[in-house]
Amino acid sequence: MRLELLVKNGFVYDPLNKIDGEKKDIPVRDGKVVDRVSSSATVIDASDMIVMPGGVDLHSHIAGSKVNVGRLLRPEDHYWDVVPKTPVTRSGVGHSVPSIFTTGYRYAEMGYTTVFEPATPPLKTSHTHEELNDIPIIDKACFPLFGNNWVVMEKLRDGKLDECAAYVAWMLKATKGYAIKIVNPGGIEAWGWGKNITHLDDEVPNFGVTPREILRGLCKINLALGLPHPIHVHPNNIGTPGNYRTTLETMRCVEDLAKDGKPCIHVTHIQFLAYGGVDWLSISSHADDIASYVNSHSHVTVDMGQVVFGDTTTMTADGPFQYRLHQITHNKWVNADVEVETGAGVVPITYLRKNYVHAVMWTIGLELALLVKDPWKVYMTTDHPNGGPFTEYPRVISWLMSNKARQRIIKRIPRLARVRSNLSDIDREMTFSEIAVVTRAGTAKALGLKDKGHLGTGADADISVYRINPKTVDPSSQYREVRRAFRRVAYTIKDGEIVAKDGQVVKTLTGRTFWVDPAIPRDRMEQTVSELKGRFEDLYTVRFANYGVSEMLLPRSTPLITQSSL
Amino acid sequence: MTVHDNLVCPFCGCCCDDLKVEVVDNQIVSIENACVLGRSKLEACDADRYTTPMWYEGGVLQETSLDEAVDWVAKTLIRSSYPLLYGWSSTSCEAIKLGIELAEEVGGVCDNTTTVCHGPSIQGVHDVGEVATTLGTVRHRADLVVYWGCNPVHAHPKHMSRYSLFPRGRFVRRRSERRLIVVDPRRTDTARIADEFVQIQPGSDYEVISALRMAVRNEEIEASEVGGVPVERIEGLADMMTGCRFGIIFFGLGLTMSDGKNRNIDAAISLVRDLNARTKFLIMPMRGHFNVSGANIVSTWQTGYPFAVDFSRGYPYYNPGETSAVDLLSRGDCDAVLVVASDPVANFPAAAVRNLVKVPFAVIDPHKSATSACACVTIPSAFVGIEAEGTTYRMDGVPLPLRKVVEPPKGVKTDEEILRAILRRVRELKGGG
Amino acid sequence: MTIKVVLLTGRSIGQGRGKEAGKDSQLYMEAATSCELDTSDLKTLGVQFGTNVRVTTPSGSVILVAKRSAQPHPGIVFIPYGAWSNILTDQKTQGTGMPSFKGIAAEISPAPDEKVLSLGELVTASYGGR
Repeated sequence: MRLELLVKNGFVYDPLNKIDGEKKDIPVRDGKVVDRVSSSATVIDASDMIVMPGGVDLHSHIAGSKVNVGRLLRPEDHYWDVVPKTPVTRSGVGHSVPSIFTTGYRYAEMGYTTVFEPATPPLKTSHTHEELNDIPIIDKACFPLFGNNWVVMEKLRDGKLDECAAYVAWMLKATKGYAIKIVNPGGIEAWGWGKNITHLDDEVPNFGVTPREILRGLCKINLALGLPHPIHVHPNNIGTPGNYRTTLETMRCVEDLAKDGKPCIHVTHIQFLAYGGVDWLSISSHADDIASYVNSHSHVTVDMGQVVFGDTTTMTADGPFQYRLHQITHNKWVNADVEVETGAGVVPITYLRKNYVHAVMWTIGLELALLVKDPWKVYMTTDHPNGGPFTEYPRVISWLMSNKARQRIIKRIPRLARVRSNLSDIDREMTFSEIAVVTRAGTAKALGLKDKGHLGTGADADISVYRINPKTVDPSSQYREVRRAFRRVAYTIKDGEIVAKDGQVVKTLTGRTFWVDPAIPRDRMEQTVSELKGRFEDLYTVRFANYGVSEMLLPRSTPLITQSSL
Repeated sequence: MTVHDNLVCPFCGCCCDDLKVEVVDNQIVSIENACVLGRSKLEACDADRYTTPMWYEGGVLQETSLDEAVDWVAKTLIRSSYPLLYGWSSTSCEAIKLGIELAEEVGGVCDNTTTVCHGPSIQGVHDVGEVATTLGTVRHRADLVVYWGCNPVHAHPKHMSRYSLFPRGRFVRRRSERRLIVVDPRRTDTARIADEFVQIQPGSDYEVISALRMAVRNEEIEASEVGGVPVERIEGLADMMTGCRFGIIFFGLGLTMSDGKNRNIDAAISLVRDLNARTKFLIMPMRGHFNVSGANIVSTWQTGYPFAVDFSRGYPYYNPGETSAVDLLSRGDCDAVLVVASDPVANFPAAAVRNLVKVPFAVIDPHKSATSACACVTIPSAFVGIEAEGTTYRMDGVPLPLRKVVEPPKGVKTDEEILRAILRRVRELKGGG
Repeated sequence: MTIKVVLLTGRSIGQGRGKEAGKDSQLYMEAATSCELDTSDLKTLGVQFGTNVRVTTPSGSVILVAKRSAQPHPGIVFIPYGAWSNILTDQKTQGTGMPSFKGIAAEISPAPDEKVLSLGELVTASYGGR
């Protein structure tokens, strides 16, 4: 099958290969970028348009039991945003918690081709994969949760690091997971009794281990297993005034573990974790402290978690935090604990421009992205849907590229919010190249996806073409043009096939499911399995034989085998 | 002989996965660890059942071929302007997905048995949320267990031994460390083993729950008794609830079907939410069929809505009371019905059934049922979890794999195969027309 | 003699087993045609358990077999889910989708000479044959 394409004459932004807006053709054959194609290739005329690698979203809650309970909670989120069936696409609904087919289509319509679900409870991960399987077009993966896992905590308490590493390796393989996700380490186990953990050195009740020990242990394990992505961390104290200190401590606590100057921790949706003050009245931005730390350390990367004003849905594994948010907002609240492993919570929220706290939150995400000097360290997310729906990405892109667009909103937020952050004084504007980094090149690199996020020979032919001319359009003043272009892609190409045109899906296909198979010595794996089998029924209410995700469940299973040092 | 271990039981929402069966010559010869209901299901394969599709020709029930039956169903669905596709709770998620796709293709309504079961519970969730968990946390931590308006001894026989009262947990090891409260208008078999049995008047759940909420919040209750329960007793119960370390309310159709319906659940969830200000407390509906949870979960992720999904506008629309099966049938709105893995003729009120039998309808089910006795076309299918594999979701949302241990009778296909054939035929007919 | 009661329909273990044994089975019929009455209500009605009674609600009327309940619940009658109890239930859902399966006002009178219909007979009588 020699399907040939030639994306011709566009302004290519391929930061990984140091291509910064030059006119270049991108030849494609059989789903890969190649050096040249024959004259019978289908030509896509990208003249006067921007060509980038397909978008890579490393943190978006799109699939699994907590997302689904969010959909269940909010029929009102669906009623006003309906998607009729077409000859090519299934019907759907949803604004902040869209139904599954709509999720894939809308990502493709913005030029995104890879999206990762950042938190899945291992016991229910076959549910996550069933949903991911149903998302059309995009490549995907999911991150199993480890930071409150009983086996992990016991092993770390007992100093059995190697056994813990083998268990983590087993778990990643059993759940077909991609990375080690840690949410509120120790705090969700405390929530099993209605409590929480607020200091890195507080012991988790009944387990004799601290968040610091959990973070350091899993960080070491991550490095020992050679995983493609660092530990992906949602620290303690999210959403709490004064929490910037916890965030800094969290980043510091693994600083000595980094190897070769490479990142060993990714702190996610960092906007929610950069607050100063002692209460809501005194809440302020400490984005500058966080950014300063990120700027001077090479072991940490972050993503924004930008707030967008409007109605959306918060959902995280952080059960105690979600309960607090319910108490603050008095909005309806879902809680979902998971035996042995973790928890979750969902609460709708409306971010109001006139609400001083929300406005401060809004400034922080942008501040962080603009104060971190190296765009390879900070990625654009809204922690969909926590800060806002992913369909708002074009708006966030325009804010990053245009001070004018930011100032327009800054003028209209409460004065108190304006003075509690430095955003008004920041006039940095990201370039198209930097946008390409924070939405695709940088994220692909952070995830260790060698064939994504770039357009060099051998890359997956995931390409987005945006109808905007970087030579004639000034993104700073014409930010609405930027939004329009990124909202409705001119062409999305996935695996070398045109899947979207003029912001509409024209073809669907099945994406890959990435997962990691850490290659540890066989005797270690056998020992781990044997021990686990022996105590499985004491831990869980399901049998060992019925736990986990069979590879046969995944239509395009794409394992990455890693080299461990065990 | 083949031994199948760790089998997931396909009867109720407990989805116990410790069943063991021995199979000889395609017959189940021994069953271990199943309760009497699970056993009855496993033995059902040998009960009297159809092995070929059946239809009425000239008033006489006759055999027909699968192709003809599929063709009839496809044509009926296409010809109708507002078909109902109902059932789904006793089949696999894979079949349910096909059902949703089919309903979307023909612009019909896809509804499942939740509509007459925990639909009101889901409506309660839309309004106030829910405080949920998986069953293992109850086993490990619960020192107070409440069964309200349900009778697990009869409907979920292994629930108490596997999950709530008798099993050994990490933090709570013995029955003596837990207390059981049962609330019901009748002294059921479950009530008989309770530490505290609260007999309430039928239809007074909302008032009693509201009184409990007041007591939990230390508000003074003016009445002397509520729902037949003395106020002192209500206050005592509230103290038990606020004084526990980890409590849970399991509730059943006593709440969803009694006066107040979804408002009863709203109140119950709100009570649990209020309790969370004082201690750890959770709530869980006792789901009846083994995959009714799966029907909700799959429907929600694919369409945004858990049941009663109307595709007649070209996109999913949901409004229980309007798009729900009993209402559709009562109003005589549907002009064709496909029933899958369910028995509405036996389980719906007679007035709704009267309208069901007036329209062309087909049923796909392994059992000979009241519904198959009335259907124009019956297509027998394999028992999911015994003769066909697939995915199911336990009452707490934990996914489990259903296995195949015996072959279905010759000629009997799976729900998945039959639905796929119908969908294919529908597309052929629409494409050609 | 007629007494007024509140009707509850619901699960019973016999009905659960019976539906798997087959709707034509003896087990199902016995389970789903039983009408559990409080001992004092049986006395007031003047019937022995095991004899037939007529149960009537605004939705319909059906002959069932009176059973004695092990525990007191005067004024309440329990009938397992099934085709027989659904002659008595109300299809109105009050906008919730859920019909009224519990808490229905009913009347019971002795019917020693009337027959309990089999499932087939009931279905034909209520819904016609094909």
